[in-house]
Amino acid sequence: MTLKIFLSRDAAAKALGVDDVADAITREAAARGVQVTLVRPGSRGMIWLEPLAEVETPQGRMAFGPMTAADVPGLFGDLSAHPKAQGLTEEIPFFKSQTRLTFARCGVIDPLSLADYEAHGGLAGLGRALAMTGAEIVAEVTESGLRGRGGAGFPTGIKWKTVADAVADRKYIVCNADEGDSATFADRMLMEGDPFTLIEGMAIAGIATGATKGYVYLRSEYPDAVEVMNAAVRIGREAGLLGASVLGSNRAFDMEIRVGAGAYVCGEETSLLNSLEGKRGIVRAKPPLPALEGFLGKPTVVNNVISLASVPVILGKGAKHYKDFGLGRSRGTIPLQIAGNVKHGGLYEIAFGLTLGEIVDTIGGGTASGRPVKAVQVGGPLGAYFPRALFDTPFGYEEFAGKDGLVGHAGLTIFDDSTDMLKMARFAMEFCAVESCGKCTPCRVGAVRGVEVVDRIAAGDPTAVPILKDLCNTMKFGSLCALGGFTPYPVMSALTHFPDDFSGSATGAKEAAE
Amino acid sequence: MTNTLSSERLGEIIATHAGLEGPLLPIFHAIQEEVGHIPQDALPVIAQALNISRAEAHGVMSFYHDFRANPAGRHVVKLCRAEACQSMGADALHDHAKERLGIDFNETTKNGAVTLEPVFCLGLCACGPAALVDGKVVGRLDAEKIDRIATECGA
Repeated sequence: MTLKIFLSRDAAAKALGVDDVADAITREAAARGVQVTLVRPGSRGMIWLEPLAEVETPQGRMAFGPMTAADVPGLFGDLSAHPKAQGLTEEIPFFKSQTRLTFARCGVIDPLSLADYEAHGGLAGLGRALAMTGAEIVAEVTESGLRGRGGAGFPTGIKWKTVADAVADRKYIVCNADEGDSATFADRMLMEGDPFTLIEGMAIAGIATGATKGYVYLRSEYPDAVEVMNAAVRIGREAGLLGASVLGSNRAFDMEIRVGAGAYVCGEETSLLNSLEGKRGIVRAKPPLPALEGFLGKPTVVNNVISLASVPVILGKGAKHYKDFGLGRSRGTIPLQIAGNVKHGGLYEIAFGLTLGEIVDTIGGGTASGRPVKAVQVGGPLGAYFPRALFDTPFGYEEFAGKDGLVGHAGLTIFDDSTDMLKMARFAMEFCAVESCGKCTPCRVGAVRGVEVVDRIAAGDPTAVPILKDLCNTMKFGSLCALGGFTPYPVMSALTHFPDDFSGSATGAKEAAE
Repeated sequence: MTNTLSSERLGEIIATHAGLEGPLLPIFHAIQEEVGHIPQDALPVIAQALNISRAEAHGVMSFYHDFRANPAGRHVVKLCRAEACQSMGADALHDHAKERLGIDFNETTKNGAVTLEPVFCLGLCACGPAALVDGKVVGRLDAEKIDRIATECGA
């Protein structure tokens, strides 16, 4: 008897003890004399079921989770009687109701097997791109309606066109993998679970724009992703996917993985470029746009991981296939990252357009603590807090902007009713103060003053509230980049939607009670 | 891990990375990987080799949270302070960790066993509160896990 078991290698699974489960499987197999093939793919995205073991059966992969070492012997017996049995993985409602385009292979294939990658549709996009002119590729990406998934939502095709049209002796593709926003882990999951998709997307971007060198700026907080990406680039180079002649096309593209050093602001594209050049991660004024004067002063495409990783499927299946998903000017799919105090947390890829309430209550299943949801922060530490009253907002760039919020990198942090929103507003200012690069005054000084003003409100000084509003206005319109410019979103949304938490007496009473 | 960096070894590290576009961060990472911090007497040597000023080398090193001027404890425990972990009660757990270790963030226990640091997001936001212990990820942190980590680290 031979058993084929899939066990995620994703950092979230590791954080929940998957390696102990792997050891237990190996031990149990040896003890029983059963041959086991253990495959370590990325995560299926159902983090509440991690560590998730999947056993291959004639009907498909059967899921078991959350696994502990003690649950392992049961995998060798009657599978349907296993206490952790979840049925067929792809029939689990959370998984079945998704539209997986960018994450189609994540959790399915062995991330470091190029053969597995090709067998599941990998390299189809690059193959098609190599038969096209650069202008045709750019037109296809523009036609797909893909917008920057890092948060800004700028049309990817237009950025590429600017770089393609620029005349220079060297051009670069820089992948922004400095995914520092709380509640976001799509970049990490993709890099750990399907790294060749990113490599393929970068190669297509290079061929489209005439760039021959790519860099992935990957944050140091993701040691597992760094390891997988480095291995994948090595394998890609050996297989001729990267190098002087990409897949034998005589078109050159190679890339390197560079590791960040713990500065949140380096997720901003110009400070990322400075960091990549070996400088302090200080924000640059725009113009000049990085598309014209980017890395080392050369035309540079700076795209988020998910933007680049969505390109292979767009080229592979055609712009129309991708564009047909979505709502309004938000086309295609978005990998939602449902996080924080939530029952069913994880990654959920779906067309734009679900309402916030559907995401939080139906898909997420409400809070992990079982208490009522108080607020949802959408878009990371610079995103607004949404109260239940705004749960009818459809998930789309313009729709969220219309409610003084942002989609950002599509991370959602759910908070239950024990949360003190004044404390969260204070944290937003504190975070901005810690992470400010220091270049512009509204951010550098404003954030420090912001913490002080919130403290005054907490101490019961009602005259501080208009000062906070005024300060937020200054930061929003006077800061050079999104760090100072967007910190007012969480602060103002907390103040606007949860005024009770900002009446000094309430906080005072709470403190007195503690 | 030894805490000293010979000038020969420093020269080798610089030479290995000098051909890169933007070699300074990779050089700092390589040094810290090897000796656990960036010895300050290495800065003028690096500056000379890369044709930048000492001030610039210092400025870059001190800009980034990751690079340390002094050796850390034998184990480095990073606790995530970001919003998703807060929503799962990270703040109270951090207080517990500080009390258990008898130190605040960015401090090292007296016996040199543990350095405690805050980190903003490990991408483990659906299984928080999260931590990174000597580069290894830990999810669904609770007081019991913190105590176990502290004991295993010898604090």
